[in-house]
Amino acid sequence: MVGDSFINWSLLSLSAPGWGGLLLQGFLSSIEIAVGGYALGLLLGIGGASGKLYGGPLVRDLLECYTTVVRAVPELVLILLLYYAGTDLLNQVLGAFGIGTVDISGLMAGIFVIGVVQGAYSTEVLRGAIKAVPAGQIEAARAYGMSPFMVLRRITLPAMLPYAIPGLANLWLIATKDTALLAVVGFSELTLVTRQAAGATKAYLLFFCAAGALYLALTLVSNVFIGMLERHARRGFAEQR
Amino acid sequence: MLNKQKGNGMKKTLKLLALATALAITGAATAAAEQVKVGIAAEPYPPFTSPDASGNWQGWEIEFMKAMCAEAKLDCVVTPVAWDGIIPALTSKKIDMIIGSLSITAERQKTIDFSDKYYNTPTGIIGAKGDDITPTPEGLAGKTIGVQVSTVHQAYAMKHFAPAGVEVKEYQTQDEANQDLAAGRVDAVQADAIALDAFLESDQGKQCCDYKGEVAEDVDVIGPGVGVGLRKGETELKEKINAAIKAIRENGTYEAFSKKYFDFDIYGG
Amino acid sequence: MTDETTHALAYTPEDLPKKESFLKPHRILLILLFAALVVAIAVFMRWDWLPRYLPRLGSGILVSLAMLFSTAFLGFLLAVPLGLFQVTGPSFLKVPARIFCTVIRGTPLLLQLWLLYYGLGSLFPQFPAIRQSFLWPYLREAWPYGVAALTVSFAAYEGEVMRGAFAGVPAGELEAARAYGMGRWTMFRRIWLPRAIHRALPTLNGETVLQLKSTPLVATITVVDVYAVISKVRQETYLTYEPLLLLAAIYMCLTGTLVVAFRYFENRIPTRGA
Repeated sequence: MVGDSFINWSLLSLSAPGWGGLLLQGFLSSIEIAVGGYALGLLLGIGGASGKLYGGPLVRDLLECYTTVVRAVPELVLILLLYYAGTDLLNQVLGAFGIGTVDISGLMAGIFVIGVVQGAYSTEVLRGAIKAVPAGQIEAARAYGMSPFMVLRRITLPAMLPYAIPGLANLWLIATKDTALLAVVGFSELTLVTRQAAGATKAYLLFFCAAGALYLALTLVSNVFIGMLERHARRGFAEQR
Repeated sequence: MLNKQKGNGMKKTLKLLALATALAITGAATAAAEQVKVGIAAEPYPPFTSPDASGNWQGWEIEFMKAMCAEAKLDCVVTPVAWDGIIPALTSKKIDMIIGSLSITAERQKTIDFSDKYYNTPTGIIGAKGDDITPTPEGLAGKTIGVQVSTVHQAYAMKHFAPAGVEVKEYQTQDEANQDLAAGRVDAVQADAIALDAFLESDQGKQCCDYKGEVAEDVDVIGPGVGVGLRKGETELKEKINAAIKAIRENGTYEAFSKKYFDFDIYGG
Repeated sequence: MTDETTHALAYTPEDLPKKESFLKPHRILLILLFAALVVAIAVFMRWDWLPRYLPRLGSGILVSLAMLFSTAFLGFLLAVPLGLFQVTGPSFLKVPARIFCTVIRGTPLLLQLWLLYYGLGSLFPQFPAIRQSFLWPYLREAWPYGVAALTVSFAAYEGEVMRGAFAGVPAGELEAARAYGMGRWTMFRRIWLPRAIHRALPTLNGETVLQLKSTPLVATITVVDVYAVISKVRQETYLTYEPLLLLAAIYMCLTGTLVVAFRYFENRIPTRGA
């Protein structure tokens, strides 16, 4: 019993009697949500950081509330709240505008939930990075008569990237791991699929280790790309530390 | 002055971003056909619903769903959701009906509506082999019993066993409760007798545990059987489903697919 | 994880609002709006279940806090050697410490928790020796697995922080200690460790708040913390929003209290030249 409960490798084979294919599918949807949520978070983050730095007092305070709540409440709770309330609310808002309700697919709900959480994190990361850009560079750009949007596009964004990349890279890694929390609302990503496979076959240790290996592989591969990106963004900077 | 301009530009950008985000969220999801989303619990619950290695859901209840939907001419899509949020998922319209071995109880009827019953099975208790447990409050006193959350079995255990000094441990899925019984973390598990039977027939179940008997009846808690869970006020859908259940009972379809799984009439008396 | 990222993920003492800033007109308006919202939530939503669950909520909060403090403490004790080995250890300690941190930080905590509880935990009873040992009553419970998983996770993240902190202590200070004739152990105890901890403290705040944010995961392995109590409310009352809103509010209060406490301690620790 001890033996075959975790050495039965055939359970991992890719085609039907093995669960490997299903695990990979779950892994793919985890990556999909992570990418979508991360992108949405980045959009929200750019908006949030700009609002926090350049917006009026009201905008700033509202954004402060958003980032405070997300940073003080566990992701698991936020995910439950957003999953049930967020989609409900969106439908009611759309209904109020007369657009009619939309059918929010599981994938979209997952991306939305992860995105809103990530949005608060990236707001903070980007705000810190923008603040690290020497004020003189922005003033110089303005003196050249650049429009605010052009300043953002040509000066602020490129100049802040080296400061933002380490933080944003961490957020990407967090996004990939946060997708596991969607298992709690019954979303078929890697962790839930793993648990189902484990439950159906009783090979808990094997499947959880396999899923762990997949997550770890994603992190390690990401780290390679992050390293390349960091070196690229830091070119022209004095070597630090 | 310069600052002011920048602020305005930013606000425009913000608005654009917000719009883009809203579109990104809603855009791809608007293409909705007239489908009926059937919520099932996203967990292995053999022999009723259980995922296979290719990711399809199978089991008696899935066959029932297919037969019933075909009869009622509904385009049913299986939508797995977390069991502990299955009723909120129904009321918040993430799903349109629940076919998840959901017992009809007065408590649940305060929140949702049910079709007529489509099966009814007894409630039993299993425990470790050689352990002399009887399915009564006295026989379980001082022991730990595992149940799945938000089930009639949990309600039953809380009402009858907990006051007698039985520790009730709650699990998100039935499978986890079984697993903890096999791992020796609980002394007994109370659940649907058929679902327990499926566990006892598995390799793990054969080794560790056996059936200790049915619990005493309490229709107030256990209810008269299992029905399709529906939102309140959707009488049209409910009537369609009731008619379909009646039809597949009468034309032999129900019996035909049930025979593959059980050697008795699961519909109950 | 860098200091800034931790700050982006967790509410930290620097974020505490300042007293005088509340008196601006738009803030007063916002506060009034918020108060109105709270009143509306209190009046229009269903809260009749609350009194029945108050005792259980209280004990749930205590369980959550016990989980937080025990695992942060144990995790920190583990983090010190993990950080030190990575900076100065011989390779047979350095490499395992590195691998440990990478693996734990590279996989979701939820998965680690389930691996420990359902994976490893289900193997134990197959060995009669374990079943008969004095440990068995504990291994039967869920909380040791929760404590183990949370401790390991905290140790891995904080170990990374400690690695940076050990490496960042100026070499001159260590040289000075050596010049004073301190032995390796004395130098470590009197100079290196205190300076490293001092450097790591601001991040430690953030990491502790992050740890609080991780504690509700233990509810998925049957530990009855405040999250589990709220889940029970949700299941018994079929309400979704009210219990979750209350839960969010409870965590906001816990984080807030934690952060205020950190601020208090920070002010008491001299930071000259840090």
